[in-house]
Amino acid sequence: MVKMLARAGSGHPGGSLGMADIFTALYFGGFVRHDPKDPLWAGRDRVVLSNGHICPILYAVLAERGFFPPQWLDDLRKIDAHLQGHPAMNKTPGVELSTGSLGHGVCGALGMALALHADGKSNRVYALLGDGELQEGLPWEAFMASAHYKADNFCIIIDRNDAQIDGRTVDVMNIDPLDAKLRAFGFHTLTIDGHDFGQIFSALNEAAATRGKPTAIIANTVMGKGVGFMEKDGYKWHGKTPNAEQAAVALKDLGA
Amino acid sequence: MRATRDAFGKALLELGAEMPEVVALTADLGGSVKTDDFAKKYPSRFFQMGIAEANMVDVAAGMSTAGKIPFATTFAMFGTGRAWESVRNTVGYPGLNVKVACTHSGLSVGEDGASHQALEDVAIMRVIPGMTVVVPADYASAFAATKAVAKHKGPVYLRLGRPKVKDVYKDGEPFQIGKAKILREGKDVAIVANGPCVAFAIEAAETLAKEGISAAVADFHTVKPLDTDTLVKLATTCRAVVTAEEHNVIGGLGGAVAEALAGLKPTPMRFVGTQDTFGESGDPELLWKKYGIDAAGILKAVREVLKAG
Ligand SMILES: Cc1ncc(C[n+]2csc(CCOP(=O)(O)OP(=O)(O)O)c2C)c(N)n1
Repeated sequence: MVKMLARAGSGHPGGSLGMADIFTALYFGGFVRHDPKDPLWAGRDRVVLSNGHICPILYAVLAERGFFPPQWLDDLRKIDAHLQGHPAMNKTPGVELSTGSLGHGVCGALGMALALHADGKSNRVYALLGDGELQEGLPWEAFMASAHYKADNFCIIIDRNDAQIDGRTVDVMNIDPLDAKLRAFGFHTLTIDGHDFGQIFSALNEAAATRGKPTAIIANTVMGKGVGFMEKDGYKWHGKTPNAEQAAVALKDLGA
Repeated sequence: MRATRDAFGKALLELGAEMPEVVALTADLGGSVKTDDFAKKYPSRFFQMGIAEANMVDVAAGMSTAGKIPFATTFAMFGTGRAWESVRNTVGYPGLNVKVACTHSGLSVGEDGASHQALEDVAIMRVIPGMTVVVPADYASAFAATKAVAKHKGPVYLRLGRPKVKDVYKDGEPFQIGKAKILREGKDVAIVANGPCVAFAIEAAETLAKEGISAAVADFHTVKPLDTDTLVKLATTCRAVVTAEEHNVIGGLGGAVAEALAGLKPTPMRFVGTQDTFGESGDPELLWKKYGIDAAGILKAVREVLKAG
């Protein structure tokens, strides 16, 4: 992913690295049922990136799972490429919904959940959101509706890194107290360390076992996780790509 | 080569001293839309609204009723798209003095791709009654346009871009809302352009001159109200009109010109812009080329319309 972004010369490394552990758990921990040979398999679970800008991590995981050839990663954000700067469902297998404009993805994801729920299907739908994204009104409209319809196949995962473009979320527009707000909107809520696989696994299991209401997992994460100089500067790495030298340091930090 | 968004930031900072009623709002994009200098110098007149564009525009409307001249800033996609109904009902309907100033318009957003490339914004702003719509060509005109927009009474959409674009004008060039600029006289075809397409139109006209085709070039920086006097003059001296804009050919400058000429002076036309399609990720220059928004695209349209008409 670091190589992909350094090559592209633009994109969003901070949030992508911060969500890497959760993506690994979702796609390699058996939580998201999928078939790379049949991306539209009816039995699949859905992952929707409402925070579409962190798609490099989604692309890296989809490539690793075999949804498309890893060579595609080389052309991220280039003209005529399959991998767009923000997820495009008609260009990339494994992408469930075209997103990028914050706030919409979670609403579309709820639509998937409600349709599957109404049909009595067991498919689960995960919507990933940024914490800054919660400043939009749209997610809260979806949250209210998800509890109203008792969509227990619906799980939102919030990338709680306290970072967005113009600064720390607490300074730009405070969203706290987050857990209380989500509970008031009807969610079963869980707050975890988004880099602790034990906690990620048990939260996803608990979400799957919860009946009668949707689950919200607030994942405390670190922007640029695993790369020293990114962790140190926090929100400054939301949308800046490393140069060749920085990429080399980053890869060393990550033990790649 | 300079970016129109940088001109906006510089003009806004000066407006801070010139007009104490001017305030600025942004939605977590202050660095990108260039409100940072204003925010630093006038912290009590700057409002960071978080990622909440519809709310930002409604708040700006409220501020205007309390005597402020608010510039609500974000990317074109979100300021005109997410917030459309706020602009329509809370700003446009009561005719409030709010300036929706958006950067990152058009294909030249580049690598972020189609979800961020506003190619419909001029159409959906222009369709609101009483809205003034301004699309400056370069740094100097964006600077002067920002000043003019602040002094203009009533709702305005100011469309700015992300990348550095060719300078068409010298610094200090005057700017009058609603008055097109004829940059080159001609008698065969009139190229009516705005935004980065003004530079492309000049380039195309130079090539055409070498082939013996005389092309007029006009900067229609104000899409609404449209300068119909200048337009009719151009359509009277020339046999055909080609419009060029970094926007869908439906509903933008091309649409406005066609609507006007249909009633006043029916003239054969061609339209340069995206041909009713979404964009994609890529380098801005390559995208312009692929989607025919450049001098070559204008040349093709001119040759077609002269051959047909
Ligand atoms: C509706 C909308 N407004 C603005 C943007 C521009 N934008 C992209 S990412 C971002 C910040 C997102 O912050 P957060 O959700 O916390 O994600 P993180 O920075 O943690 O990755 C903004 C403002 C957008 N994509 N969509």
